[in-house]
Amino acid sequence: MLPPLKRTPLNEAHREMGAKLIDFAGWEMPLSYGSQIEEHHSVRRDAGMFDVSHMLVLDVRGAGARDFLRFLLANNVERLREPGKALYSCMLNEEGGVLDDLIVYFLAEDWFRLVVNAGTAERDCAWIGAQRDRRARQLEIAPRRDLAMIAVQGPLAREKTWRALPDSRAATERLGAFCAAAWLDALIARTGYTGEDGFEIMLPGGKAAALWRALAAQGVAPAGLAARDTLRLEAGMNLYGQDMDEGTSPLESGLAWTVELGSLREFIGKQPLLARPVRCQLTGLVLLDRGVMRARQKVSTARGAGEITSGGFSPTLNRSIALARVPREVRPGDEVEVEVRDRRLHAKVVKPPFVRNGNVLINLEPRRTQSTQRT
Amino acid sequence: MTTPDNLKYTKTHEWVRQEPDGTATVGITFHAQDMLGDIVFVEHPAVGRQVKQGEECGVIESVKAAADIYAPLSGEIVAINRELDDAPEKINQDAYGAWMFRIKPDNSAEFAGLLDAKAYRQVAESGKR
Repeated sequence: MLPPLKRTPLNEAHREMGAKLIDFAGWEMPLSYGSQIEEHHSVRRDAGMFDVSHMLVLDVRGAGARDFLRFLLANNVERLREPGKALYSCMLNEEGGVLDDLIVYFLAEDWFRLVVNAGTAERDCAWIGAQRDRRARQLEIAPRRDLAMIAVQGPLAREKTWRALPDSRAATERLGAFCAAAWLDALIARTGYTGEDGFEIMLPGGKAAALWRALAAQGVAPAGLAARDTLRLEAGMNLYGQDMDEGTSPLESGLAWTVELGSLREFIGKQPLLARPVRCQLTGLVLLDRGVMRARQKVSTARGAGEITSGGFSPTLNRSIALARVPREVRPGDEVEVEVRDRRLHAKVVKPPFVRNGNVLINLEPRRTQSTQRT
Repeated sequence: MTTPDNLKYTKTHEWVRQEPDGTATVGITFHAQDMLGDIVFVEHPAVGRQVKQGEECGVIESVKAAADIYAPLSGEIVAINRELDDAPEKINQDAYGAWMFRIKPDNSAEFAGLLDAKAYRQVAESGKR
C-alpha cells in the first residue's frame, strides 16, 4: 500500500478555501482553488500566494561551508558576498547530469541555506550527505522540515505582504532581487518562480496558517500548482524532471548561464561538461495554429528532430507556448512543426522568457486560421 | 443542477438532447468540464462527416489536458457550434448551454440505449472515464 500523502501546515487552510488537492511528489498539494486561469491572472496583475512548503529547506552549517558548496554546485557561491544574497544553481552528478536545481542563500560564513525540489529532496539529502562525508565531515546538513514556505507573487505582492506584516517592512523594503533578510524567526527573500516581483517567506510551520490568512485578508489570491506551472512556463523557467534531469546536461537545458566553466574552480560534473560537445539547446516555441502543445510531443526542424519538454496554454498570450529541446543550429524566427496527436501544427521559435513582470516579451503574430475540423 | 433530468448521457461524459426535428445536440457534462478545468480550445468534427456510435470525433483541450469527444450516436454531423472557437470557456460557464455539435441519427433506437440522468450520476460519482 502507498504511504499516506504528506501534508503541509497549510493543508487545513487549503481545504477551507476550496482547493482541489492532488498528489504531488508524495505531498497533498492544491492544484487550484477554482479557475487556474484566474489565479494566473491574479499573479500577473495583482498578487497571488502559493504554498511551497513541500520544497525542502536544507541548512549547511559549519566552518568551510563555502568551500564545500564551491565544489558541490555548478554555479559559484563566491558570487555571494553580502549576507542574505541568493544564487540559482544546478547540482550535477559525476557525469554532468542535473541532479537538481536549487536556490542557495548565504546567511553567514558558517551558514548557507539550500532550497531544493520536493520530488528530489530525499535523493538530494543522500547525495549531499555522502559528499559531506567524503570532503567536509565537520559540516552539519540539517533538513528543516519544521519550516513552511509561502511564495507571494505579483506586482502588488510586496505591498500586500507589508500590509499583512506591517513590522516586516523596514527589514525588507530595500531588498534587491535575489536577496533575503531575516525578520524575527522568518527569512524573507525577494525571489520566486513566476516572473513577477514578490517574496518567498520561510517561517516556522506553526505560524504559516496565520500568515496565509492575513495575506488572504489583504486580497492576495490563493493559487495552486496548476497556475504555478503556467506562470513559470511563461517566465521561461525550467521545471526539474521535465525540462532537465540527471540524464541531461545543463548546457543543453538553457542553463549554461548558471554553470561557471571558465574559471579554475573544480566542481562535481565539470570535466564531463567540458569534454562533451553541445548538440542541443532548450528554446521557446509559440504555436501559430490552433491547439495546445504538450510535453513529449515531437518537433521537426530544418536542422533535425527535437522534443517538447514543457508545453501548455499561456493565459497571458492566449495561445499555446512550449519549451523544446532542439538541435543547437535552430534559430529564433525559424518555423518548426509539432506533432500534436494526429496533426502537424506550425510553431515559431522564440527566445524565452515569453512574459516577465506583466509584459509580453515576444513578437506575437496573428494566429493562423487553419481549419479546426477533423475529418 | 449539475445533471439535468431531461437529457441523456454517455459513460464518456457527453450529454445528448433530442430535438423536435429529429436531430440530437451533443455537449460535455458539468462533471466533465469540472474534471478538465479551464477549457482553451475545441476541435470540431467536420460537418457532413458520418460517425459511428462511440467513434472519436473531436477534442477538447483544457489548460491541464486534452480529452477526446466521442459520438454518442451513429449518424451524420449536421452542425457544429463555431461560437466555441473564440469562447471555449463557455463550456466551463454553461456546460449544458454550450453545445458542441448536432447529429442526424441513423437509428433512433440508439437514443433509447443512452444513460439517463440517474445512471450517469453513478458514473460521475464513481469517477471513471
